[in-house]
Amino acid sequence: MDLLTADQFQQLLWGMRTTIILFAVSWVMAFALALVLVVVRATEYRLCRWFVDGFVAYHRNVPLLVQVMFWYFGMPELLPENVRFWLYDHNAEFSFAAIALALGSSAYVAEDIRSGLRAIPNTQFEAASSLGCSYLQSMRYIVVPQALRISLPPLVSRALLLFKNTSIAMAIGVAELTYRTREIENMTFKTFTVFGIATVLYLIGTFTLMAFGSWLENRTRLDRKAAAK
Amino acid sequence: MIEILQDYGLNFLVGQYPHGPLGGLAMTLIVAALGIVLSFPIAIIFALARISPYRSLRWLSKGVVNFVRGIPLLMLIFWCYFVIPIVTGYSVSGFTTLVVALVIYEAAYLSEIIRSGIEALPKGQTEASQALGGSYALTVRSVILPQALFNVLPGMTSQFISTIKETSLGYVIAVNELTFSANQVNNMLLTQPLQVFTILAATYFLVCFVLTRTLSTIETRIRRNRGMA
Repeated sequence: MDLLTADQFQQLLWGMRTTIILFAVSWVMAFALALVLVVVRATEYRLCRWFVDGFVAYHRNVPLLVQVMFWYFGMPELLPENVRFWLYDHNAEFSFAAIALALGSSAYVAEDIRSGLRAIPNTQFEAASSLGCSYLQSMRYIVVPQALRISLPPLVSRALLLFKNTSIAMAIGVAELTYRTREIENMTFKTFTVFGIATVLYLIGTFTLMAFGSWLENRTRLDRKAAAK
Repeated sequence: MIEILQDYGLNFLVGQYPHGPLGGLAMTLIVAALGIVLSFPIAIIFALARISPYRSLRWLSKGVVNFVRGIPLLMLIFWCYFVIPIVTGYSVSGFTTLVVALVIYEAAYLSEIIRSGIEALPKGQTEASQALGGSYALTVRSVILPQALFNVLPGMTSQFISTIKETSLGYVIAVNELTFSANQVNNMLLTQPLQVFTILAATYFLVCFVLTRTLSTIETRIRRNRGMA
C-alpha cells in the first residue's frame, strides 16, 4: 500500500474540516428552523398547519441530492442579479449546500421534536399553570425539558444522518471530504489508501457523534427510580 | 414548464429508450426494486446472525452493520465502484455497482429494523415452538419471522421509500436514472434549470408520496384481516 504525501494528507484534512463546518452550520440552522416549524404547526390556523405539513412532506419525499441540485441550479434564477454574482464570488456551492441540507433535516427534526412534545401529557402543563407558571415558564421549566429527553435519541441519529449526508454536497462541487478524496484519487490513483483514510475519517466522525449522543442521554437521564416508571 | 414536459417528458420517464439505453424514472424504479428485493433476504440473515448463539457470528454481523451505518452511502458506492472490478476481475457497469452498494446499505439498515422486531417478541414464542419439537429453521420460519416482520412493517416501508430516494446517488457514478436524465435535459435546454429541477423534484415527490400512502393502506388492510384493527 503506497502512502500519501504530507501535502495530500493535508488536503484530506482540509476536506474533513469543510465537512465538519458544513455539518455544524446546517445542523444549527436546521434546529432553529425546526423550532419555528413546531411552533407554527402548533397554532390554531389551518393554513399554517397545512404549510408545515406540506413542507415536511416535500422534504421527506424528495431525495436530498435533488434538493441540493434544486437550490444550486434552480434557485439562483429567482435571485436578483447582484445577489447572484455576490454569491458566486463567495462560495455559492457551500451556501446552497448548507441551505438545502438544513431545510432537508429541519423537516425531520421538527417531526422528532413534535413527537417528543406530544408524549408529554397535557396535565403536566395544567399542573404548571395551576401552580402559577406563565405559558413561557411552564414550557421552559416543565414541558420542554421532558420533551427533549424523549426526543434526544432520534435527534442524535438525525444528526448522524446529516453528518453523513454532507457528502452529497460533493455533487455540486463543495470541496468536502468525499470531493477531496475523489480529487486525490484522480491525481494519484492510490485508490485504496485515499478511500481507506477517508472512510476512517468518516467513521471517527460518526463514532464521536454516537459517543457524544450516548453521553448526553446518560447525563440527562433522571437518576431516580421514578424515571423508569 | 408544460413545454418542457411535452418535449422532454419521455426523457424523464424512460431516458433515451428505445433509441438508446433505458433511463429516467423506469431505471430508478428498476434499481430501487432490485435493491429492495435483494437486500431483504440478506437483512434477515444479518438480523438472525446478530442474535445467534455463536459469538463470532454476532460480532461479524455487528461489525459489518455498524461499519456500513457509519459511512455515507456515497462512500460505499465509491468503494463498490473500485473494489468490485478488482475482486471479480471484470469491469462492471455503473448499474451493477449502484445495485450492489444499495443492497449492502439497505441490508444493514433493514437488519436493524428486523432485529428490533425479533427482539420485541416474547421469549415464550421460541420456547413454545421448541417445546413442541420445532427445529431452528421451523421456529424461525413459521413462528418468529411472520410475527416479527409484521410488527416492523412501518419501519420497513419507510426504509423501502428511502431506497427509492437513494437511487438518485447513482447520478454521481453516471448511472442513467431519473436524476441523471434530468441533468441531461437540463444540459440540452441550458436556460431553464428552475423548471427542469422542479419537474424532477415533483416526479420523486409523486412516486414516493403515492407509494407511502399505498403501502400504509395495504398495512391497515393486513392488520384488519388479522383481526388487529
